[in-house]
Amino acid sequence: MQKFLNAPADAVTEYLVGLSAAHSEIVRFDADTRIVTRTGGPKAGKVGLVAGGGSGCEPLHNGYVGHGMLDAACPGEIFTSPVPDQIVAATRAVDAGAGVLHIIKNFSGEVMNFGMAAELLAFDDITTDSVLINDDVAVKDIPGTAGRRGLGATILVEKIAGAAAERGDSLETVAGIARRVNRGARTFGVGLSSCTPPLRGKPIFELPEGEVELGIGISGEPGRQRARLGTAAELASVMLEEVLTDLQPAQEAEVLVFVNGMGATPQSELYLLYGEFERGLQTRGLKPVRSLVGNYLTSLDQAGAALTILELDDEMKELWDAPVCTPSIRWGV
Amino acid sequence: MPEAISTQALADWIHESARLVRTNKEALNDLDSTCGDGDHGSNLHRGFSAVVEALEPENSESPRALLKTVGATLVSKVGGSSGALYGTFFLRMALACGTEAVLDGRAFGKAFAAAAQGIVDRGQVEVGDKTLYDALAPAVEAYEREVSAGQGLGAALDAAAEAAGAGRDATAQMMARKGRASYLGERTLGYADAGSTSMALIIGAAAKTLG
Repeated sequence: MQKFLNAPADAVTEYLVGLSAAHSEIVRFDADTRIVTRTGGPKAGKVGLVAGGGSGCEPLHNGYVGHGMLDAACPGEIFTSPVPDQIVAATRAVDAGAGVLHIIKNFSGEVMNFGMAAELLAFDDITTDSVLINDDVAVKDIPGTAGRRGLGATILVEKIAGAAAERGDSLETVAGIARRVNRGARTFGVGLSSCTPPLRGKPIFELPEGEVELGIGISGEPGRQRARLGTAAELASVMLEEVLTDLQPAQEAEVLVFVNGMGATPQSELYLLYGEFERGLQTRGLKPVRSLVGNYLTSLDQAGAALTILELDDEMKELWDAPVCTPSIRWGV
Repeated sequence: MPEAISTQALADWIHESARLVRTNKEALNDLDSTCGDGDHGSNLHRGFSAVVEALEPENSESPRALLKTVGATLVSKVGGSSGALYGTFFLRMALACGTEAVLDGRAFGKAFAAAAQGIVDRGQVEVGDKTLYDALAPAVEAYEREVSAGQGLGAALDAAAEAAGAGRDATAQMMARKGRASYLGERTLGYADAGSTSMALIIGAAAKTLG
């Protein structure tokens, strides 16, 4: 795999420098604390939203810092969660007196590092709360295990809870909305290839021609099982069935359909899948009334796609439509 | 054979651990790529390199100070589960050393057990989850058994290292229940856990330098 690289160990930092240079009116990157914050600083009296995670999943989370979404993002090394110092620095940087919400994807490392940060922040005079995202239906939620991963629902939570914070909701209300979105969303991903981390220089695994990984996450690792690559309609049907069986939406429910690319799958294929999903939903009497299609939560250069479905209510719809201005999601402004 | 562990001996342990992590970096990455994203060796190497750089006379004048510097540096530099877990391991060990200038067999045993409890608290792990705790728990047990039986420090550490190796080997027959590997279910069978492998290296380094 050929890549645009200088020193592989500098790849994450150089990405962040480029991102903040290209969108200097929206975000800034502080190289000392290794956090990305809004250029204008925190808005007085607004609840702060902080998220973080391993790099390699761009534009998550740095691309979602800005008006109507996050206040700060903490990027870790590739596929490695950020360290507590970053989370503490970000929380302090965005606190504007109304408290700070940590949006945590359910990955062991992320949970542990946010947990250590929260212990350190308990010495500060900042009210914090956290919401755990765990929407992945490929993993069975058995007690005593790490449980379901946080995948596509993360972006929907960041957008919808971000809009709630922007309109002046309290920490308790914003956290409640975030949890409601997480509860109403389910995701299932399919990989058509592995990916190549810059430091590793070779793919994480080999996938033979004609096979797919079912139930992938966002770190380029293999999925739950390997299967034969069928037509797009066949795969879409498997993905939709996995998501809906678990979600059990109400009859004639309005849903948001999020078709996410893993980094190397062209937009045309993602829209092709969207058409399949929409037909499948309508056949079942469900109403796809909002959509998001594109590479929003990736695993570097992995080929593949994930389907997230969110069962909407009127408040979620209103907050989804609210103005947002970040490097990677922008509308209504 | 000295029957107490000096601060210098602990520094030697950390340097030997850093060396072993460096020379086994690719092997650890490869083990991790069977059920993770293949960076366990690189991440630990980044952390232990930072630890070796961070250790100065003024922040390592006692067992407590030295181990605290090691733990705090790993927490700040590694990230992921490994950073939180190995960082907690050394921080809890530091705390349990109290104000001792040297550690006798019992004092080290107390610190070793406190470190293991730290892993349980932070990672919510138990034996059989296919994590680094599967190498650590039997090592702590073996160490305590030998010390209680009146064995010297060297014999107790050797028994700990042997038990850690056996614990590591046993993870190959386990299905992961924690961490990223847990998402792969039965596909994790047949491979030793990368974290238990690095833990066995670090306990092996202790047997070599602290006995």
